[in-house]
Amino acid sequence: MASTPTANAVTNDSKAIVELFAISDNGKVRSHNEDSVLVAPGLGLAVLADGMGGYNAGEVASSMATSLIGVGLDKALADRPPGERVAAGGYWAHEAIIQEVRRANEAIYEAAQSQPQYAGMGTTLVMALFFGDTMTVAHLGDSRLYRQRGDDFRQMTRDHSLLQEQLDSGMISASEARQSANRNLVTRALGVDPDVVPEVCDYGIEVGDIYLFCSDGLNDMVDDEELAQALQLLSANLQVCATQLITMANDNGGRDNVSVILARVQHVVPRSRSWWQRLMDWVK
Amino acid sequence: MAKLILSMDGLVLNEVALAKERTTIGRKPHNDIQIDNLAISGEHAVILTLLKDSFLEDLNSTNGTFVNGQAIKRHFLQHGDVIELGKYKIKYVNEPPAESDALDTDQTMAVRPEEMSKLAGQMKAQKATDPASVTSIAPPSPAELPTARAFVQILIGAGAGKEMEITKTITTLGRPGTQVAIITRRPQGYFLTHVEGNRLPVVGNVTIEANKPHPLQNHDVIEIAGVKMEFFFKN
Repeated sequence: MASTPTANAVTNDSKAIVELFAISDNGKVRSHNEDSVLVAPGLGLAVLADGMGGYNAGEVASSMATSLIGVGLDKALADRPPGERVAAGGYWAHEAIIQEVRRANEAIYEAAQSQPQYAGMGTTLVMALFFGDTMTVAHLGDSRLYRQRGDDFRQMTRDHSLLQEQLDSGMISASEARQSANRNLVTRALGVDPDVVPEVCDYGIEVGDIYLFCSDGLNDMVDDEELAQALQLLSANLQVCATQLITMANDNGGRDNVSVILARVQHVVPRSRSWWQRLMDWVK
Repeated sequence: MAKLILSMDGLVLNEVALAKERTTIGRKPHNDIQIDNLAISGEHAVILTLLKDSFLEDLNSTNGTFVNGQAIKRHFLQHGDVIELGKYKIKYVNEPPAESDALDTDQTMAVRPEEMSKLAGQMKAQKATDPASVTSIAPPSPAELPTARAFVQILIGAGAGKEMEITKTITTLGRPGTQVAIITRRPQGYFLTHVEGNRLPVVGNVTIEANKPHPLQNHDVIEIAGVKMEFFFKN
């Protein structure tokens, strides 16, 4: 089966904090694409979801996730900047993301409950919002975020999967995990239960950082070393880089849908320091 | 579902499906697979099954548990493994899915947290104290690659005459910041793709298209960042 890209988006807004490129591909085996990707350069937002459920329910769940979270955050950040501190001390971005993820969860869960053809549908999620000198990352399930910074390539998210739990508890080794028949079993997902707790973290960003968001169709087919090599050699051109990643997954079998979002940090806006921090710096 | 086939001297004695999380093997009658032979310990070994994966653990038996001729303490069972207890052989059968079934097996699924922690908890509780013995596992077979070795040789420009074999999935050509292209190695052959710079690489007399991999033929001449090089195959 010819693999045709079903979605892609590019942005070259040089004023934005990040340059973003998203692409989603059917792979070589599947009859349809259950992944969804969304990038909003103005917001500095990237969202990737890998849907699950019979018939076309997976597509419905993943596209509900990306669009509901995209629209919800657009609204939530319209009157209140992401970097503003909330009462508890964290960023508004952090809180807004949790809020929108939970709302999307509710909507997907309700659709799955009320419409028989959507029963049991759900989706993984990995997303980030870039603002100032920070990104807030949220994830559920086994879709991943990697970071390439200089020579350092690392996975920023830890899968919510049965395999990862077995690895953590020492049940199986990394080489055994590759042989496991229990792949693709996620322990947290969007839309499966009435409420959900996404894992949300804030990280500092640096100019030149490259972030790779992907569905398991990529990292199951291409090992980390090859992912790192592609990011390092092709970071100058996100579109070529993303297309190359998809090609590699498909050349290795393309057993699942493959989705990739690449983000390159173009500039960082340092956070204004409080009078107290400035005083502390001056005392030092 | 995976199953076990118990045999002795080539004679099949019993077939047991691994339906339970714990399948015990031993001489005493309460075992799921009872082997009434003095070479077998009362509680000899156990097979822990978590969904589609099964692990065999020796329960400090007197005469030991062997898999494919090797003594094991704990072993991650693979389709076709033969477990040996004394004169008895137990074959582990867990057919890998056929290509046509790949759709179902690679499908992402959610497991409920409660079920999960229950499963993981049981597995942890039952985990043998010595998790060290692990059989070496072959890496997944890489995609088929073209058999002829590919090279580029610089014809005109800095380093003329230099020859380089293309062995990696991605090989970069050109000068960063000025003009960069890559040669990618794929099962279908080798491709040239523009990455960076205002000028696009030229192959023969044709400027290649941006964002579209250009298939390379034997003896193609590539021009990039003022350097001309020839792409060719050697057997």
